[in-house]
Amino acid sequence: MRFYEFESKRLFGKYGIPLPKGSKVAATPAEAKVVAAEINGPVVLKSQVLSGGRMKAGGVLFADNPDQAAEAAKKILALEINGHKPRGVLVEARAPIAQEYYVGVTWDGVARMPVMIFSDMGGIDIEEVAEKHPGHISKRHFSTLMPFSDFMAKELVAGVGLSGDHLNRLSRLAASLARIFQAHGLTLAEINPLARLDDGTFFCLDGHVDMEDDARDTQKGILKDLGIDPEEKRQARPPTSFEIKGAQVDAADPRGVAGNVVEFDGDLGLVIGAGGGSLTLFDAIRKHGGKPANYCEIGGNPSVSKTCELTKLILSKPGVKKIAVMMNVVSNTRVDIVARGVIKGVIESGQKPSEKIAIFRIPGSWEQEGFKILEHYGVEYCDRTVSMFEAAGRAVAKMKA
Amino acid sequence: MSILITKDTTFIIQGITGREAVNMSRECLDYGSKIVGGVTPGRGGRDVYGIPVYDTVRQITAKTHVDGAVVAVPPAFTRDAVFEALEGGVKLIVIVTERIPRYEVAQMVELAKMRGARIIGPNCLGILSPGEAKMGGLGGRAVDAKKAFSKGYVGVMSRSGGMTTEMCNTLTAAGIGQSTAVSIGGDAIIGSTYADLMPLFEADQETKAIVIYCEPGGRMEAELAKYVVEQKSRLPIIAFMAGRFMDEMPGMRFGHAGTIVEGKADTTAEKIARLEAAGISIAERIEDIPGLVKKRLGMDGK
Repeated sequence: MRFYEFESKRLFGKYGIPLPKGSKVAATPAEAKVVAAEINGPVVLKSQVLSGGRMKAGGVLFADNPDQAAEAAKKILALEINGHKPRGVLVEARAPIAQEYYVGVTWDGVARMPVMIFSDMGGIDIEEVAEKHPGHISKRHFSTLMPFSDFMAKELVAGVGLSGDHLNRLSRLAASLARIFQAHGLTLAEINPLARLDDGTFFCLDGHVDMEDDARDTQKGILKDLGIDPEEKRQARPPTSFEIKGAQVDAADPRGVAGNVVEFDGDLGLVIGAGGGSLTLFDAIRKHGGKPANYCEIGGNPSVSKTCELTKLILSKPGVKKIAVMMNVVSNTRVDIVARGVIKGVIESGQKPSEKIAIFRIPGSWEQEGFKILEHYGVEYCDRTVSMFEAAGRAVAKMKA
Repeated sequence: MSILITKDTTFIIQGITGREAVNMSRECLDYGSKIVGGVTPGRGGRDVYGIPVYDTVRQITAKTHVDGAVVAVPPAFTRDAVFEALEGGVKLIVIVTERIPRYEVAQMVELAKMRGARIIGPNCLGILSPGEAKMGGLGGRAVDAKKAFSKGYVGVMSRSGGMTTEMCNTLTAAGIGQSTAVSIGGDAIIGSTYADLMPLFEADQETKAIVIYCEPGGRMEAELAKYVVEQKSRLPIIAFMAGRFMDEMPGMRFGHAGTIVEGKADTTAEKIARLEAAGISIAERIEDIPGLVKKRLGMDGK
């Protein structure tokens, strides 16, 4: 889950990382005016959205006095960036910058260790620096078993050839960032740019934090401190009401999974699984020219009621003509239970299973029992001799007929 | 032969009295696996289908040799269970539990490395060596596993547990058996990647080709491509890439926890290009896999 800039900065601030003067988020132009008056000098106002390209879109503006700040805040608060409405506007003091740096901590999935990354060329895309100026970038992995020790950050910063007071100050900041990463289940903690002012002090000008979803249970305290709702998901785009209902179906019953519902604008509803099978089947539908109405994942032997509710939700979506029920060969999900759930869902939606279910392709455990049920209701099904790709093709063909 | 497990491999199941673990015990026993004990703290003295239950791992290792452990405890207790097995001298650990925080997984992997042990998973279905044994839920009930898996010469590795069975079933239907199938897990940080397991398949004389299932996200496929080129692997590899639609939707999460397109290198298009550059064949559809295996081994009569 990505943090807003102001949340990232609040987190960094708790660990003593210096922030620009003022640094408060305002919800209205009047609030922005008050913050600007407190700062009593030139300010920068930044839209709080979970989307890149803020500067280009006009989400970052400057002001020299409180009235200008109110005006700028009004513009920013009304501006949607890539479909995201701003959560507020961050108002901060503006100061002349001598140099920009980059410091970040993330996971190295190959080394399976956290890695710190530092560069004395901040403010730009770090991957670009790595490609074009490899001498200006330094990396250091650190152990997850050994307590973090400051020398690790010192080695990182020294890696680009820095020394003197700058080395000491920057090492302290990098060490704090590594400890934040470690303590809060983060997948990314980044300060870019990290600015040095003319007086030799350093500030976090912009910060990014990503927290792993699976760590959120153990991070309730800090999330509360930062004012983040424990239920907030923050995908790349805000969830639709269809997706929210999908999540409710999954949460209502602990038996198995019928979730990760994502809305698309096609006419073929999908009840598919599991993780890898869903990806494979979604590709297959599209390859055949089909138009999925949704993505989802069922698995882990979901109960009859869970599959039933998911089916009803998908059928209730405007424009859905038929559904395709497909999975890879299943081991722990029972074919008969999925069959019962789907048929029940179709009937409870006031529809005929034989008409609404374009194809049922779930081979595997308890398949004979499942196939009997499907036969009884006249639903077209296939066993493992029909590939996932072919089954998807049959479903798409029925939509065109 | 096979890799990682044979019919003589002895293992324990941690969290054996949980509902899913009880089913898994039955499946593994029926398939011929040698389960020498189970661990559930506070349940010592009971048994699950004749498998004695103990309170600690050491109570079992003190009595008998234990090659491996399947860890099927809830996420909050997984790290502790894995540490217990590692410190008890167990060298092969299959973690089936999902939703373990990444930091904890990294800690387990780091300790395993220090102890000279191997972790498979987390968030995986385990290992199956056809005709030998299965360690984990892969393939389900023995009767179902026997339908989908057959003994042979293809090594299988997959980031998806379900797709492991689907691919093996397709190979079996085409008369191509498997040496060992490994469900390596769907998380961003896992104990054993494709490249980690390749040397084992290389060393296994029975294995003649490799089939893998790939997804968007992470650098595992790039790591494999690098391995294949640098080590001049003798094994032809056939890869199936799922989730191609995700290339158009960066930042959205589908499938497993490890599948999220964050940068250019995470896309399926980029992965396919890297794999192909390393001489790995890409199967457009699952049903194309058997033909590609035969073609790469010169068994297609051409």
